[in-house]
Amino acid sequence: MKSAVLVFPGINRERDMARALKLASGNETAMVWHAETSLPGGTDLVVVPGGFSYGDYLRCGAIAARSPVMDAVRDFAAKGGLVLGVCNGFQILCEAGLLPGVLMRNARLKFICKDVHLRIERSDTPFTRGYNAGQVIRVPVAHGEGNYEADEETLKRLEGEGRVLYRYCSADGVVDEHANINGAAHSIAGIVSERGNVLGMMPHPENHVEDIMGCTDGRGLFAGLVAHMDRAA
Amino acid sequence: MRSNEPKITPELVASHGLKPDEYERILKLIGREPTFTELGIFSAMWNEHCSYKSSRIHLRGLPTKAPWVIQGPGENAGVIDIGDGHAVVFKMESHNHPSYIEPYQGATTGVGGILRDVFTMGARPIACLNALSFGAPEHPKTRHLVSGVVAGVGGYGNSFGVPTVGGQVRFHTRYDGNILVNAMAVGLASADKIFYAAASGVNMPIVYLGSKTGRDGIHGASMASAEFDDDSAEKRPTVQVGDPFAEKLLLEACLEIMAADCVIAIQDMGAAGLTCSAVEMGAKGDLGVDLNLDAVPTRETGMSAYEMMLSESQERMLMVLKPEKEKEAEAIFRKWGLDFAVVGYTTPSKRFRVKHGGDVMADLPIKELGDEAPLYDRPHVAQPARAVIAAREVEPPIGLAEALQKLIATPELCSKRWVWEQYDHVILGNTVQRPGGDAAVVRVEDGPKGLALTVDVTPRYCEADPYQGGMQAVAEAWRNITAVGGRPLAITDNLNFGNPERPEIMGQFVGCLKGISEACRVLDFPVVSGNVSLYNETNGRGILPTPSIGGVGVLDDFTKSASLAFKAGGEAILLIGETQGWLGQSVYLRDICGREEGAPPPVDLAAEKRNGDVVRGMIRAGTATAAHDISDGGLLVALAEMAIASGIGAQLLAAPASTVPHAFWFGEDQARYVVTVPAEQAGLVLAKMKGAGVHCSRIGTTGGDAIAIAGEDALSVASLKDGFESWFPAYMAGKA
Repeated sequence: MKSAVLVFPGINRERDMARALKLASGNETAMVWHAETSLPGGTDLVVVPGGFSYGDYLRCGAIAARSPVMDAVRDFAAKGGLVLGVCNGFQILCEAGLLPGVLMRNARLKFICKDVHLRIERSDTPFTRGYNAGQVIRVPVAHGEGNYEADEETLKRLEGEGRVLYRYCSADGVVDEHANINGAAHSIAGIVSERGNVLGMMPHPENHVEDIMGCTDGRGLFAGLVAHMDRAA
Repeated sequence: MRSNEPKITPELVASHGLKPDEYERILKLIGREPTFTELGIFSAMWNEHCSYKSSRIHLRGLPTKAPWVIQGPGENAGVIDIGDGHAVVFKMESHNHPSYIEPYQGATTGVGGILRDVFTMGARPIACLNALSFGAPEHPKTRHLVSGVVAGVGGYGNSFGVPTVGGQVRFHTRYDGNILVNAMAVGLASADKIFYAAASGVNMPIVYLGSKTGRDGIHGASMASAEFDDDSAEKRPTVQVGDPFAEKLLLEACLEIMAADCVIAIQDMGAAGLTCSAVEMGAKGDLGVDLNLDAVPTRETGMSAYEMMLSESQERMLMVLKPEKEKEAEAIFRKWGLDFAVVGYTTPSKRFRVKHGGDVMADLPIKELGDEAPLYDRPHVAQPARAVIAAREVEPPIGLAEALQKLIATPELCSKRWVWEQYDHVILGNTVQRPGGDAAVVRVEDGPKGLALTVDVTPRYCEADPYQGGMQAVAEAWRNITAVGGRPLAITDNLNFGNPERPEIMGQFVGCLKGISEACRVLDFPVVSGNVSLYNETNGRGILPTPSIGGVGVLDDFTKSASLAFKAGGEAILLIGETQGWLGQSVYLRDICGREEGAPPPVDLAAEKRNGDVVRGMIRAGTATAAHDISDGGLLVALAEMAIASGIGAQLLAAPASTVPHAFWFGEDQARYVVTVPAEQAGLVLAKMKGAGVHCSRIGTTGGDAIAIAGEDALSVASLKDGFESWFPAYMAGKA
């Protein structure tokens, strides 16, 4: 799997992501500067990593979404290419119009860094095939604005089309307000685009891929992507 | 020189924080009346914060050398060698006064400043820690200050992209009018690629990098060198505003031009901004500096030379570049969208000359600006020793179980999760032990090496006996590192005290420093960087003496670190170190008996070393399954923390008949650890300890879901955990 990680000024989890991708695929990852107008040839997966692009000034992700490289990402996605956005990456993809909705300030108005549990809603997608449907995984969140919101119509469509892939839940898989760490609509932690090839999620699977991190539940996402690509190849 | 600058009057001199005799010194040094700009430069260089005029004479006694020390105090940060070509660069610094006036911005710029100190030397920051001291919880300002400072520390570190992995949070009424925000940053560099401040070569371009200069923070360092009074809130304009985004760009750009071998010397603009950085670069390199202020990028028009020289706008650097690499360096900075301007040159004159609009605004001898700063040997008196409190004379007002349940939910001992969950502590993917343990452990690159990092001090001990308190702060930092299996290497000290012009405060300073020196020497744990913050007083009332100690240790294999959580039921619990039951200055005596009294526990450095070396050996050998140092709250609190972290209880034997039970369980005797070992190995370990002359006894067995002392009421781990975790969020929500 050949992956490309986008680098915007202020992004700060690009190294974490590149390390996780290398661990899963064995390949070095291309780091692509925001001013580039094209992606490296043969890219299988584009990742928009976490951080504070442009300091989160104006609105999280708003400035990065208008970078030259995002036009290339739009073309790539339009052709069915896989795009993964994590945390600030999710915010950027929403601002770029590749995903619906918006990430608002956490309901309790504070930055939160802690491990959370996510329920895998379905396993028949490139982004979740490393897991089983209904499985509960533990990964950290680290964000101040991860409260997913969209209008009723959009939420209905997301649910109806099975586009919610990750949902905040308790350790035993119960989805309720208590486990909904940031107040997101429908406890949404991750969604895919209509075509299913663009995923945005707030939690950081890349920070739970090695024993030293205390948990390796994040590996499934990357392993699933590698397996998907191997099959496609 | 320009004539439209204010006339120098005694009032103007005084308002610059310069005493009449200090002004006389200036006149003698330059042989004429200074210009307004020059007066500003002197006030910036000669205030307490920058000149260390009250503390220098005593700091000289600190041990600063060891074979692994690459750079001791005097540079932007200290540097130690951890082998395999890796160097660790670290320092701690205070941002106390600004944080009291404007908690969010004060804290952010504190974090920003210390990060800059570390990456200025060529290191990529890999961890931050902090030590926060707030006033009493019931003080009307405390909640607001906690909320703002914590948000500020997180706001900067999270955005910059460095994990905040550890620290201390305390409350005490003596910080009501003067909180402490001490921030520590740790970076990783190549041992052969460290960058320094000393300029070299004549006619080399001096380059200004980073954010533009504005009118913020003018006289920030002078404010940090004065006492507070009721009108201090009016000093809000002297607080700088932090921009972590700009700092992140500055980091990446600096590391890139360092890697491209463009840099001769580099100095960040921290306290006293352009003045201090330019003077240091020149003075350290035995060179003069000519600055042309017309070239300085400014945020607003019409800034005077005085304002530019004293601005403490953040996220700025000064560099001397290799002339042939100037274009390459500029391209890198432009790529990151940062300002880049040649603002001066090095000269052979050893003069510091500042030009603005064609006029010479300052022309001063550069070396003397630093070297000839006033140096005071201020009078100091030691306070009378406090009485030793005999444990038998302390009546326990409540039972052991009730006292434990109460103590674990006090502001002093409760979980600080509410705080550290607002800090990104997992970014970079190297955090092996997260906040909440004795020391944080972070992996070095891909391993197997790891660093053990901690910040510690017990101010109430320092107040009661500065010498013992100073020793204890170092010993506890050493112990924290040991308890995770690390080999302690070096410290950074952040010395927070009251007004040094009062002999009793100076006595605290001198006493603590003596204790710190002694402990550093015996434990082979040198000081490589630090910061002194004096005048921490409001309306004449000083803070508790608070010499925060930031410790760094190394683990050869991070996978062999120990954590404090019990690992399984049925394991033997061993107490290492001698327990007499020292209640003086203990949390038990204060929070259960209502007496903040007595002499603090004495520190026996030989015992510290002996016991610590044994514990570290057990962790390395894999014998110890869990380890925890015993500190605030004593043995029973340490055991409760181990239980809470794991959900596993403990069955404990009754206190030995020779001791007073509540003193045995809650006394704060030093040099002690709790370790667990598989039950079948306990006998062998005990025999070995006896042979090594280390006090060690088996005090119980892990298991069950309660802490149960023989003959006492059992306390469920769940209820302990509930108390432990509840206080902070309840308090912040206004319910405690």
